[in-house]
Amino acid sequence: MSAAVVARELTRRFGDFIAVDRVSFEVLEGEIFGFLGPNGAGKTTTIKMLAGLVRPSSGEGWVAGLDIMRETAAIQSRIGYMSQLFSLYGDLTVEENLAFFARLYGVSGALRKERIDWALEMAGLEDRRDRLTAELPLGFKQRLALGSAVLHEPPILFLDEPTSGVDPLSRRSFWELIYDLASKGTTVFVTTHYMEEAEHCHRLALMNRGRLIALDSPKRLRDEMKSPLFEIRTPDGLRAVEALKGLKDVLDVALFGRALHVTVEDAGHTVEFLRERLRAENVEVTGIRPIPPALEDVFVARVREAGGAIVD
Amino acid sequence: MTPAVRASGLTKTFGRERAVESLSFEVQPGELFGLVGPDGAGKSTLLRMLAGVLRPTSGDADVFGTSVVRDPERVKTEIAYMSQRFGLYSDLTVLENLSFYADLYEVPRVERAARLERLFQFSSLKPFSNRLAGKLSGGMKQKLGLSCALIHEPRLLLLDEPTFGVDPISRRDLWLMVHEMVARGVSAVVSTAYLDEAERFDRLILLHRGRILDSGTPEELLDRIEGEILELLATPLREARAILATHPSVLRVAVFGDRLHVSVRSIARDRSALEAALREAGVAIHEIVPIAPTLEDRFIEAVEKAEAA
Repeated sequence: MSAAVVARELTRRFGDFIAVDRVSFEVLEGEIFGFLGPNGAGKTTTIKMLAGLVRPSSGEGWVAGLDIMRETAAIQSRIGYMSQLFSLYGDLTVEENLAFFARLYGVSGALRKERIDWALEMAGLEDRRDRLTAELPLGFKQRLALGSAVLHEPPILFLDEPTSGVDPLSRRSFWELIYDLASKGTTVFVTTHYMEEAEHCHRLALMNRGRLIALDSPKRLRDEMKSPLFEIRTPDGLRAVEALKGLKDVLDVALFGRALHVTVEDAGHTVEFLRERLRAENVEVTGIRPIPPALEDVFVARVREAGGAIVD
Repeated sequence: MTPAVRASGLTKTFGRERAVESLSFEVQPGELFGLVGPDGAGKSTLLRMLAGVLRPTSGDADVFGTSVVRDPERVKTEIAYMSQRFGLYSDLTVLENLSFYADLYEVPRVERAARLERLFQFSSLKPFSNRLAGKLSGGMKQKLGLSCALIHEPRLLLLDEPTFGVDPISRRDLWLMVHEMVARGVSAVVSTAYLDEAERFDRLILLHRGRILDSGTPEELLDRIEGEILELLATPLREARAILATHPSVLRVAVFGDRLHVSVRSIARDRSALEAALREAGVAIHEIVPIAPTLEDRFIEAVEKAEAA
């Protein structure tokens, strides 16, 4: 398999601010590649550079074999883009929307009809082709937006928080479509804040303060989390948070209903140390156990190790 | 004890569309209560009715005994309501926004400093007190919006998707702020489209197309799931999926990255038959392990049942 996207030391400055700082990675053909990071981490700027919309200050990149410095127009006809704010026309019918995007992407002649039929079938919209787009349920709109974004058969597809607000059934059927496209060779770039979406990716890149701070499969990222994680069950969650937050050796405390997730420095003195501290503060504890980290725990830990999220 | 919220037959129609259909539920004082469902489920409409800003088509809800239909103005004095478009002043600083809302809600001067200190402790916004709200990141704006809604001491919080579009780090702060209020005895009704947030609630209702699919504590909802789930790592994955999708023991199968989640009625009974079927078709099984079902699995099961009925 060859690389569909190559970023080499990609950098972008805005005045004194380094939005993207020497970022390098390769994305394979047919790979579903997740892009995560706090707001302001540089994800959007990186994608805009790859899409030929923002010029890098330094570094190099290739998308579908095309140079992002010199061949930006050609790149734009080779990528598809779908955002959470679907760019569909509500007062056009389903089929009219597809026809509009086909013309926009220069899909013409016999191929146009063939691709529109393909998109209708893929999105499960064949018997809704004459419906006004505004009247469609959200899950259908989303599949229509996906169909519109891939009418010109782009080898690379960018998805920006694609399933925000969509119900779980529609989300599963959306991801089935994405896997199908990927298995036929389409490379898929996904940005998201939601770990359930990140779990769907083959590999995840985590950005913070303009830097790439982790790059691996969701499973390996979880397996390789260095700091141990404990779940503490207590009827008095908030006081437990106050007793533990800011302590030396306690890296992070998060409250999930009646359970705390506590990340500690190392496994040496953990359970007893936590139990004693809570006893000293008279916080009732009904259970403490080590738990495997969820992706969100990994995300928070990695960002912390990298010096914390950027603040503006 | 008077419930914080008692909704009975609450209905709202817009033209021919029924946004919320005959909802009845109670929220107890001091409870963190979730409205969980996708866009269009009716969450915002329901919250706006509870806030006294949208009149129900029929039915009623009492907020601490006061009817939202007969006395919406009095309801407004009991609640803090944060909509998805909370009004922050982008040309005022963080502190100025908080002071503005403290004035608006007539928070006594003597109480303000202590209140601000508590809010800052969980929001991590203190270092940015003098920054213009317009210059904050999305997650920080959301935390400021919540802080402004919490500057007075309401008896009931109504929060409409407070974590929408917010990164995981800011999201943790936002939840701490909500928990802080609940720990002080405030009742809260919070909506979210994300089922992985649903485990945080004391009790919740799953909403779909304006109706209640299920309600209870997160544990109760999980206990109602019929099947059990196997996580499967196998190659080729597409073949494995195709075989399992039509296998009689399989309730449903979904792809997650390089794995499948396979729901069956009973792992003990069905597992060996599935493995045999996969092997027979030449699929290599690398890993097959039982995993705990999630509230998302419960939601999907409940939607499928509701639609079959």
